[in-house]
Amino acid sequence: MLTRIIIALVMTVGLLFIDITGWLRLASYLVVYLIIGYDILKKAWLGIIHGRVFDENFLMAVATVGAFALAIYEKSGDYLEAIAVMLFYQIGEFFQSYAVGKSRRNIATLMDIRPDYANIEQDGKIVKVDPDDVEVGQTIVIQPGERVPIDGVVVSGESSLNTSALTGESLPREVSTGDEVISGSINMSGVLKVRTTKEFGDSTVSKILELVEDSASRKSKSENFIAKFARVYTPAVCYGALALALLPPLFLIIFNGAPVSFATFETWVYRALVFLVISCPCALVVSIPLSFFAGIGGASREGVLVKGANILETLSKVKTVVFDKTGTLTKGVFEVNAYHGDHDEDIADRKAQLLEYAAIVESSSSHPIARSLQQAYGHTIDRNRMSDVKEISGKGITAVIDGKTVAAGNEKLMLDLGLTPCHCKTAGTIVHLAIDGKYAGHIVLGDVVKPTSAQAIADLHRSGVTQTVMLTGDTRSVADQTATGLGIDKVYSELLPADKVSQLEKILAESKGDSKVAFVGDGINDAPVLSRADLGIAMGAMGSDAAIEAADVVLMDDDPLKIGKAIRISRKCLKIVWENIIMALGIKGICLILGIFGIVNMWLAIFADVGVMILAVLNAIRAMYVRKI
Amino acid sequence: MSKTFKIEVDCANCANLVEDAAKKVSGVKELSISFMTQKMKVTFEDDADQEAVMTEVLKVAKKVEPDFEIL
Repeated sequence: MLTRIIIALVMTVGLLFIDITGWLRLASYLVVYLIIGYDILKKAWLGIIHGRVFDENFLMAVATVGAFALAIYEKSGDYLEAIAVMLFYQIGEFFQSYAVGKSRRNIATLMDIRPDYANIEQDGKIVKVDPDDVEVGQTIVIQPGERVPIDGVVVSGESSLNTSALTGESLPREVSTGDEVISGSINMSGVLKVRTTKEFGDSTVSKILELVEDSASRKSKSENFIAKFARVYTPAVCYGALALALLPPLFLIIFNGAPVSFATFETWVYRALVFLVISCPCALVVSIPLSFFAGIGGASREGVLVKGANILETLSKVKTVVFDKTGTLTKGVFEVNAYHGDHDEDIADRKAQLLEYAAIVESSSSHPIARSLQQAYGHTIDRNRMSDVKEISGKGITAVIDGKTVAAGNEKLMLDLGLTPCHCKTAGTIVHLAIDGKYAGHIVLGDVVKPTSAQAIADLHRSGVTQTVMLTGDTRSVADQTATGLGIDKVYSELLPADKVSQLEKILAESKGDSKVAFVGDGINDAPVLSRADLGIAMGAMGSDAAIEAADVVLMDDDPLKIGKAIRISRKCLKIVWENIIMALGIKGICLILGIFGIVNMWLAIFADVGVMILAVLNAIRAMYVRKI
Repeated sequence: MSKTFKIEVDCANCANLVEDAAKKVSGVKELSISFMTQKMKVTFEDDADQEAVMTEVLKVAKKVEPDFEIL
């Protein structure tokens, strides 16, 4: 294509300096015209044959052939205009496919985290195989600098992993034996041997790729609008041009008594041709999907996966953000907050014995609270010190430790033992302890709020979100305390999973007009709520298939600050889309009107077409740069 | 049953037009073309002969846009 443009350009310039006239002149210009425009003519012709008349090839063919015909009729020998129009149109098309192709590839590379191979050990040698051929449970070797091909658990080796392609988080993650590694991240320092826990097709990297590749096929309303618009617009413009060529001269002939000759039609035919050139819909049709694609690409680099252009559009209209508490605003991990004695006094200084007994008693349980207690205790537990373990369902556990009877559980357990437990006023989950039949105190555990949660809520309010809501199954006191601390507007507590759906439905019903409601959850047990909301955002989704399936937007890490960022990315993208729509239609509209009055000539017309397209494409690419918003 | 095909189509409007035309091919339940990723996702009807459907899709697509290719 580039060669054709150059040849035509050189020949045109050459022809300007050669003084030839008559048929020879026409013939030589025609040759140049055909070199540059034969494919357009062919496509226009094929279009007519197939009954699909009105496309931009047709517009260009009619405009240029028309310009030639006018020049022949006028015997002006001014064939340059037709060639120039075709030449500029082709340069524009060339630039467009270059720019669009290049940015498309850039964005695609950005999102391409596909591992090409996996290393397996065979007879002491490392062999590269297709990741698809690796079975679950097989051991793979990951060298420094390589991408983790399949999800798995480290069997040996220590290294740091760069997960920035997945999460946008630039801080490397340290892993050693027993840690999970997630496919798509890059091994930075040491050799790792990893036992795979999933097949390649089910691994995180495959899920993400599938999601991102599908995202472009979910079209936004503005895209569909423009597609429909182009379908009506092109024929409308053609008829408009025809009317412009015929009606004004006919009017002059009938009412002003102008002579019935081609001279009367001449100006108007020229204006109609100008009209055709201006009206090409390319700029809009290309720039809108490109903007969305760039926006989705930029977001995915930040660890925000958006499932489609339509989702990006909805995201930009979010006015209410509903949070699930556990796992989104809080870490979903219990930590010991306080140690209290029998008068609710703080006994953090003599907590050791209390914690030791609690940890040992609970060591037989797999309940999250039991695990948190063991973590707080921090020493290895010698289970031989303990005998006669009895688990009393819904109440707690009793056991004999070092010859002492220890009971750990809730208030009911203490009452059963005939003790008066202290009723604790701190919000949280309480574990009471009795040693040798005497009340010993209680430990208060609470879910830990993420360090960025409060900032994230403030950030959302700044980004134009009018209401933040928290839904939780937790007790009222815990919920209220968390919400006040974070600056959340409304709290609904003590909800069962089903209540969350109905509560969300109430919120949906309250939201008016175009404003949308987003629900943010960790995707583990809130899939129904995620799918019920206008927009479901799942966070901390690395490795969780259920979340990736159910949500519309997937945050790869669990930082709530990304929610505000995602909203701002979508706003920027939508703003660019509208800028392009208004700019393209505006400039074209003005030129069309000026064209009707003969103020715009063919040269300006081609700028209105190609120039606007170039501006729109460049503007669209801006949607990709979202690092700092 | 849905499959994704790599395609080549060099203008965004053509991609839209091809999508419109190819959607109407019998045996195609859903079809969407992404100009940006140069991919076509086709969902077939349950009892459709996929090869025959794809030949027809290509034929229809070529009619709309002679440069359209399925890779």
